[in-house]
Amino acid sequence: MFDFSIVTRWFDELLRGTLGLGDFGAILIECVIVGLAIIIGYAVLAIILIFMERKVCAYFQCRIGPVRVGWWGTLQVFADVLKMLIKEIFVVDKADKLLYYLAPFLVITASIGTFSFLPWNKGAAVLDFNVGIFLVTAISSIGVLGVFIAGWASNNKYSVLSAMRAAVQMISYELSLGICLISAVILTNTMQISGIVEAQTGPWQWLIFQGHIPATLGFLVFCIAGNAEANRGPFDLAEAESELTAGYHTEYSGMGFGFYYLAEYLNLFVISGLATTIFLGGWAPINIGIEGFDALMNYIPGIVWFLGKTFVVVFLLMWIRWTFPRLRVDQILKLEWKYLMPLSLVILVLMTVCVAFGWTFTIA
Amino acid sequence: MAKLIVFAILAVVILASAVFCVSTKRIMRAATALLFVLFGVAGLYFLLDYTFLGTAQISIYAGGITVMYIFAIQLVSKRTLQGLSERWMGKRTLLAALIALVGAATVLGVFCKNKILSELVSTNTPNTEVTMEVIGKNLMSADKYGYVLPFEFISVFLLACIIGGLVILNIRKNEEVK
Repeated sequence: MFDFSIVTRWFDELLRGTLGLGDFGAILIECVIVGLAIIIGYAVLAIILIFMERKVCAYFQCRIGPVRVGWWGTLQVFADVLKMLIKEIFVVDKADKLLYYLAPFLVITASIGTFSFLPWNKGAAVLDFNVGIFLVTAISSIGVLGVFIAGWASNNKYSVLSAMRAAVQMISYELSLGICLISAVILTNTMQISGIVEAQTGPWQWLIFQGHIPATLGFLVFCIAGNAEANRGPFDLAEAESELTAGYHTEYSGMGFGFYYLAEYLNLFVISGLATTIFLGGWAPINIGIEGFDALMNYIPGIVWFLGKTFVVVFLLMWIRWTFPRLRVDQILKLEWKYLMPLSLVILVLMTVCVAFGWTFTIA
Repeated sequence: MAKLIVFAILAVVILASAVFCVSTKRIMRAATALLFVLFGVAGLYFLLDYTFLGTAQISIYAGGITVMYIFAIQLVSKRTLQGLSERWMGKRTLLAALIALVGAATVLGVFCKNKILSELVSTNTPNTEVTMEVIGKNLMSADKYGYVLPFEFISVFLLACIIGGLVILNIRKNEEVK
């Protein structure tokens, strides 16, 4: 298995040893480079996801999607981004200008913040705290505020309605999301993201196999709640275009809207990435206990595994989005408080019992 | 050195947001400024390697309490909020200054006694991040320095709050029916 920490350690040595920089200079340069890498990765993945969404949506609706710009429409997204960048940003009359400009930044901060927790490869986890998973849920809750402030500061009835809906929905679904994460923490015995992935290396060690029934249920609940948390799929009543024009970002133009657009797609990626990290083994390759097969699988670098698994989950979530009709607000709340929340509590208890009696496939 | 720079940035953010929070007349802006104050405080915890406390600060205050405040603001009618802004009053200035001085003296006293600033600046303080395992075990242990009693007490307290909320809601509903 390729260990990315070789590269980072070599770079650190280069800065400290060869260039003779102190602690301060070396860490500053490394932080700037890592930050740039995260933002570039964010932008590239957003472009890929937007293109994928348009194509997947088109094929689900028996269309062919964008084909004119570039080969098979590949340059369409770049054209869209260019258009968005040169559009004028204007404010609504009598709106709170400060909050209006601030809101997209809150949303994008929450999105990039959670994005930088994803483990890309062995030794390539950017933010790797002791309280990892807990911090991810904490940072993702900032997004709710961004959405709400955006709707409120737009001075528009539809936007306020949409903001209220979004806040209620995101706060409710955060609960089952958090409880599913806790059940995974019980099984792996750590909250650190690199530790969670490390616990899933080895034959049949992905959490979904380790924790069999409760983990599989947990994965499903996590995907549903995550879809709702990202304001997508059948849970997109916050921006329900047929009732509320575009919801909380109706009044935004240019890059103000672009930030919401980016954050929406990257939240989808972050949710899929977290589901992959926690239940499907992150960068851990599939191992079945036969030596030759395992050795072959280990040759494939971790980032390929991670991106591959994540895009499978992304495709599943897109499939759900373009298949099911939108839920009403009472149906959304009923689904969370009457079905998903009790179910996730049952999963939590089941997982605790399984771990306490040793009914898991853990190879210690 | 790096810690001092980060501390200075955080201090400026916290102070500026706090002053803005109490001086602005629009209540939503005040709530947003409060959010930034709470972020800054979380940043201070991270600077001191209290990652768990910092995370709890973001999760509970920034993600929970501020959202609750904003919801409460939305539920209050527009008429109640009008004319609520306070004027600068000559008589109260003296009392306010006195209270502020006492507060500042207390903070400075604690600050100097515990040598927080020199602790922050010095590079040779060991990295004393408390791991989650230690926190979890202490939270659930009944031994000396264990926190199981306050932990359980808080959960009972929260239950009482929920029941109280439901009772108030039911009284309202019954009145509406009548």
